Amino acid sequence: MEQSVSYTLDSTLDTVDHAEQKATRIATELGFAEDEVMQISMAVREGAVNAVLHGNAYAPDKKVILAFEHTPENLVITIRDQGKGINLSNIPNPLAPENLLKTSGRGIFLMRSFMDEVEIRPSQTGTEVKMIKHVHGAAAGGKEGSQ
Amino acid sequence: MSMKLSTRQVDGVTIVDCSGRITLGEGSVMMRDTVRDLLSKGNKKIILNLGDVNYIDSSGIGELVSAFTTTKNQGGELKLLHLTKKVHDLLQITKLYTVFDVKDDEAAAVKSFK
Repeated sequence: MEQSVSYTLDSTLDTVDHAEQKATRIATELGFAEDEVMQISMAVREGAVNAVLHGNAYAPDKKVILAFEHTPENLVITIRDQGKGINLSNIPNPLAPENLLKTSGRGIFLMRSFMDEVEIRPSQTGTEVKMIKHVHGAAAGGKEGSQ
Repeated sequence: MSMKLSTRQVDGVTIVDCSGRITLGEGSVMMRDTVRDLLSKGNKKIILNLGDVNYIDSSGIGELVSAFTTTKNQGGELKLLHLTKKVHDLLQITKLYTVFDVKDDEAAAVKSFK
């Protein structure tokens, strides 16, 4: 892939699949291990679901911006929506006993589980999620990575 | 690959063979409709065979939870069979592995119903 690439996507379910496919392709091209590719693609899928459903609420006039940037140390993925901004204090812990049998609310948890760093920046004009996967071993063009 | 479901009866237990992806959209809806249809017809001993499920997202996990609780609330039992490593790992990190009754042998799973 180029050092950085950005996509502007509609607020549809197709976008969720496309985002996942792009993440899978890029992570594979960068040489991440198979299980890491799955983790990255799933984190991107969950981020895209949040952007399309909870951020933009399927609004046809609102877009999802998906960007990938790679450095020798990191793959940095940014997903931005144009919704009202997520309230981080309202996100329950899905591992709490009282939440274990809830049918939703695991997306951000999975993103945090699968990526090395996840930063969520809500604002009144949308939410930006920045996710970082560190490069290990032979990934990202064969360069030795950091921990 | 989209999701495919087929059902069969073994000794009074309904086995739902699932393949493909259980994800937001079609896959989740199919799972929900199938389990609800089974329950409405009185089939309350259900095994979801996930041996050919190669991908599941948080919506799919939510559907498994929904299927489990809906069945339980109607006096039935729902068990999971043949988890792939990916699904197994997901249920582990979400702490749902111990919530579900997970089996790896079909005959034993069928016999385990009361």
